[in-house]
Amino acid sequence: MESFSPKLHLPILIFGVAAPFVIPGVTIQIAVLWVMVLFALTWDILGGQMGYNSLGNILFFGSGMYISAVVQVSMFADVAEYTASSGAVDFKYTDAQYFWGLGLGVIAAGIGSAVLAAAIGWTMFGLRGPYFAIGTLGIALTAGELMGTWSWVGAGGGLAMPVFPGSADGKSMMFYFLCFFAAIATYLFCSWLYSTRFGLAINAIRDDEQKAEAMGIHTLRYKTIAWSAAAFFLGISGALFGNITGFVEPLEVAFPVATFGIFMVAMSLLGGKGTLWGPILGAILFHFLKEFTWTYFLGWQWVALGVLIIVNVVFFQQGIMGWLMDKFPERFGIVVDKKEAAE
Amino acid sequence: MWDNISILTAAPVFNIQLILDGLFIGATFALAAYGLALVWGVMNVKNLAQGDFVITGGYIAWWLGKQGIHPLWGMPISIVVMFGFGWLVYITIIRRVIDKDLFTSLLATFGLAIVMAQALNLMFGPEVQTAESDYAVRSYFNNSVTVADIKLIAFALCGVLAVVVVLFMKNSRMGQAIRATAQDPRAARVMGIDTDKVYAFTYALNAAICGAAGALISMIWVIQPFYGIGHAIRAFVIVTAAGFGNLPGVILAGLGLGVMEQYGGFVLGAEFQQATVVGLLVAVLIWRQIEMRRHRQVVQ
Repeated sequence: MESFSPKLHLPILIFGVAAPFVIPGVTIQIAVLWVMVLFALTWDILGGQMGYNSLGNILFFGSGMYISAVVQVSMFADVAEYTASSGAVDFKYTDAQYFWGLGLGVIAAGIGSAVLAAAIGWTMFGLRGPYFAIGTLGIALTAGELMGTWSWVGAGGGLAMPVFPGSADGKSMMFYFLCFFAAIATYLFCSWLYSTRFGLAINAIRDDEQKAEAMGIHTLRYKTIAWSAAAFFLGISGALFGNITGFVEPLEVAFPVATFGIFMVAMSLLGGKGTLWGPILGAILFHFLKEFTWTYFLGWQWVALGVLIIVNVVFFQQGIMGWLMDKFPERFGIVVDKKEAAE
Repeated sequence: MWDNISILTAAPVFNIQLILDGLFIGATFALAAYGLALVWGVMNVKNLAQGDFVITGGYIAWWLGKQGIHPLWGMPISIVVMFGFGWLVYITIIRRVIDKDLFTSLLATFGLAIVMAQALNLMFGPEVQTAESDYAVRSYFNNSVTVADIKLIAFALCGVLAVVVVLFMKNSRMGQAIRATAQDPRAARVMGIDTDKVYAFTYALNAAICGAAGALISMIWVIQPFYGIGHAIRAFVIVTAAGFGNLPGVILAGLGLGVMEQYGGFVLGAEFQQATVVGLLVAVLIWRQIEMRRHRQVVQ
């Protein structure tokens, strides 16, 4: 791992900083790419490192989006009045109001989502294996349906975010870098987390939860903290994404269980779950594949996505990183005993 | 919400309507859930494509209905086609994930579900469809309760199919082999049972059951390419609530879910009908967990 990751740091950093200036036409698409990287990394904290495969992590993306929307609106307007007017009344935000609202909204989104994860984790973490996957899927679907009936936040009609005070280019540039920083922060957090005792503890939970508990690891606490950490970053990404689209709608934008919710699983698996770089590589590859099929095979993109998941799961379960590790173990610091390998 | 509850108390006949509708639709849920319980119990495969098998079966009956074949006759065709389709899916996908960890089969079938839903969407369009059976609709209690004949027929057919499947599992050679494999696949292999074939048959049988349930749903309710996930979740709710290998439990849970969904839709509003199902799933999982927590003992 050590010999591998620094070689990728620099090119990715250069690409990330230069991209909006060199290819300004696709700034938003690349911003979404960073959100995807964040998705895959946060999914992998549970799915890869802890062995809890969640199909409903998108819940925290949506909750972050709604929390930041409500915070941003409620600071300077009445939310009920704002949603009821649905854009008819023009709420004018000054620059200062907008940026204060955005900053506080993003932070509140992260913290609120983390708290939500802790609350839900208390009940959900009793479920193991596929039950956990189905249970989280159920919670994410319920959240979308319920938000769609809550008129205070605009129900199915949705909620318009405050309008960015400035040019469209300025907006995409600012949110591009916010997304980029969020992804970098997530990466740094994950790489730090996996190098601590905490990382070892959640790996122990993945390998054998009963034994981990017998060894004195308070598994529920570790699981809850890990999910809250993932939810924190997901909440922030939701807040940013909501501001990019400028409009929060429950089923398609905030809780897209069948799109983003599945993408994050597919990306981690494609790259190789349980590794630090797997989700990142998976996200980058997946995003380009997705943009390609969405552009050239419109209508068939879902078939392509489903087939990708099936082929990935059935034939290529170890993912890109897992395959590389099998192929070149020495490059990952794994010492192969030649004598034993030959036998 | 309270208005709707007061309607129910003021005019009790509405309850009859809701309960009847719930039972008719719940019977088809129970049928699909029985198929899931079979695959889950025998092969330990969590089939998330269950709902899309149901919807595909419905589209087969609906499409045949448009070609002039009555959907009730379309149902046997749907069963046969879905049996073949299930076998094909087993050979191509399920066989390769069956001995991997549980999440693999869940995700592989989820990918399959996406492909099937989208394929149906591309073939038949995203409109909500109903297969027309052209039977009379009867009214009772001064027209406040209406029951379509097709619903009664569908209900009876569900019963007949359930009995046929149960008898098949009890008495036929293949049924015995399936049950033996469920108990201990290794011992079954030693006894000369071709377990691979048993698995293939079980999965195909499940698809056929789904095909039948789907054909009935297309006649008494509505189908749409993306309704599959809802049916899959219903089947999961029923099986987790009842536990597999518990046929009376599956039937009761299926009928109960049908009725609860109708009540949820009526009392809370139609937009809550889907939320009722997924809410029930979460409730069942949490309830089961509390049950299990009670069984857990602290080592002193």
